[in-house]
Order: sequence, then structure tokens, then C-alpha cells
Amino acid sequence: MSVTILEWSLFAAQIMLGLGMLATLYRMVVGPRAQDRILALDALYVVALLLLITLGIRTNSQVYFELAMLMGLLGFVGTVALAKFLMRGEVIE
Amino acid sequence: MRRLLPHPILAGFLLILWLVLQQSAGLGHILFGGVIAIAVSMAASAIIPERVVIRRPLKFIQLILVAGLDIIRSNLAVMSVLFHPRPNPTAGFIEMDLTLKNPFALAILAVILTATPGSAWLEYDRARSTVLIHVFDLVDEDEWVATVKKRYEALLLEIFQ
Amino acid sequence: MIADLPLWLSILVSAFVVLGALLTMAGCFGLVRLKSFYLRIHGPTMGTSMGGGLILLASAIYFTVTRERLVVHELVIFLFVTLTTPVTLMLLARATLFRDRVEGNEGVPKRPEKAETPASP
Repeated sequence: MSVTILEWSLFAAQIMLGLGMLATLYRMVVGPRAQDRILALDALYVVALLLLITLGIRTNSQVYFELAMLMGLLGFVGTVALAKFLMRGEVIE
Repeated sequence: MRRLLPHPILAGFLLILWLVLQQSAGLGHILFGGVIAIAVSMAASAIIPERVVIRRPLKFIQLILVAGLDIIRSNLAVMSVLFHPRPNPTAGFIEMDLTLKNPFALAILAVILTATPGSAWLEYDRARSTVLIHVFDLVDEDEWVATVKKRYEALLLEIFQ
Repeated sequence: MIADLPLWLSILVSAFVVLGALLTMAGCFGLVRLKSFYLRIHGPTMGTSMGGGLILLASAIYFTVTRERLVVHELVIFLFVTLTTPVTLMLLARATLFRDRVEGNEGVPKRPEKAETPASP
């Protein structure tokens, strides 16, 4: 009984997070400007991280935790580098 | 003591982080984590030369609680706007004067304001000590500024200056 | 999945996970539905502040009870994500302001008169 409740709500949460990922992907593909795409990429990283955490609860294993942490680290560094590029890459300083 | 431990808060934070990640509080982990924490805090003193002084640690806890409640409330407010069939928030830019000068206090204020979904810190002008903030659902500009000043700036001034 | 769980635990974890996912999804949809970049910047902070916080808290509670010891390393992810997202958002917003001013777009606050080089604080 209680396992069924948890199973179904985790399923619902994963569906919602997946829809959120689709939304960020849409913004990443459509644009219109570079900063919109980078913002969407950052959001995509975070949602993927949360999806991994729910997967960890579902499979009752802690392996996904390390993956999620790596994802958070890489997302931060990548977004900072891209934002820096926006400030310096195109416009003469 | 000051030479060995230039940033005691940073070192303590790193040690706790190490122990949480190792998921154990054995003697070996504490010793190794302590060595790493001291080494990193000594390396950090090259980047952060001045000492960070927290005058009122209890007020800091109050700050965290106030910010947490504000973040929860702002989340629910923004969610209700976003689930509206035609989201049309009255957004706006605010330029706000700050009496706060301490860089650490400014950093904490920036993180709190940006982590709150309803507001985003855009740009700080050091020469005039004003900050440009974008607010998601702006009803009354003066009231908004007064709230930030009363709720956060007064606390941060007490803690850091 | 393990065979049996106390009912309160499964209800608590379920509620936190579903509410957190709902908030995160709302933020992502905001990214699509809102009109300008400065509005869209408020979307992802929902996923990183309360949405992510609730999901990570649910994971911490679940593993603490099922493993019968204190599992709090989700807190590290929460701290890390919550503290770093404002940094990236501020950088992105400043880059956007800079580009908008260079391109002379409308609806952007002017650069203050006594201009200084954009030094990082």
C-alpha cells in the first residue's frame, strides 16, 4: 500500500520534471538570443539533477547522488564560462 | 594562531562539508579534513586578504530564517502567477540606494535577493553605491525598497558593521 | 524498491517530491511562456530554491529512515545549487544588460553617468 503511493507519486514527479526538461529544451532551441539559450541550459542541468535524485529514491540506491553532484558542479562551471564569453567574446572592450 | 588559521569560518565550514560527504565522523576523517580545511583557508587568504568578522552570530540565524520564509512565500506567489492562463506580471526595474558597504554583506544580500524567485539582483554600482534590481511582480516601488531595507539591510548592518 | 515502508514516510516523501516537481515544472514553463529575458530569469530560481530543496529534503528523509542512520549529504547539493545559481544568473543578467546597452535596445535602464569599468565585486 505505502510502497504503491510512493511509486505512483515518484512516477508523477518524474513526468513533471520531464515536461520541465522539454520546456527548457524548447527555449534552448528557439532562442531567440544567446543569453536565453544559456539560461535554458542552466535550468536544464538543474532539472536533470533533480530527476536523478528522484531516480535514486525510486531504485533505493545512493549511486545517483554522486552523479547529481557532478552534474551540479559541471553546470555551474559551464554556465559561468558561457556568460563570461557573452561579455567578452563578441563586443570590443 | 592568525597565521595558521586566517579564515576560521571558512575552515570550519569546509571541515563540516568534508565530514558530511564522507558520511562519518571518525578520528581519521576529522584529522584529514582538518588538514585540508586549514590548507585551503591559508590558500584563500591570498584571494581574501581582509578578515571576515561576524559580530552577531545569533542574528545570522535570524537572517537565514527570515530569508527562508521569504523564499517560500515568493515561490508560491510566482507559481500562482505562472499558472495563470495569461501570465502578465507587472515587472519593473528598481534602482535602490544601499548604506551597506561591506563586500561580504553585499554578496549575501545579492544571493538572497536572487535566490528569491520574485527578484533578481542585476548590477551594483560601487561609485554611487546603488543597485539595480529586477522585480517580477512590482506593486509599490517605495514599499518594496522599504521592505528590503528593513528586513535585510538592517540585519546585515548589525551583523557585519 | 524495498518491500515495506511506514505509511507516514511514504506520504511525507510523496508530498515533498510532488510539490517540489510541480514548482520546478512551473519555473521551466515560465521560461517558455514569459515574454522578455528579464522576466524569464525568475523562472529557474524556483527550481533551485524551493523545488529542488523539497526534492532533496525528501531524499534525505527517505534514506535516513530506510538506512537507519543520518543521511544528510543531499544538503551539500542543496547548498551548492542554491548558492551558485544566483552567481550564474547575475553574470548572465549583467552580460545581457551590457549587450542591450551596446545594441541600444529600449526598455533597459541607462548606464549610470559616472561610468566605471565592469569590475567584479
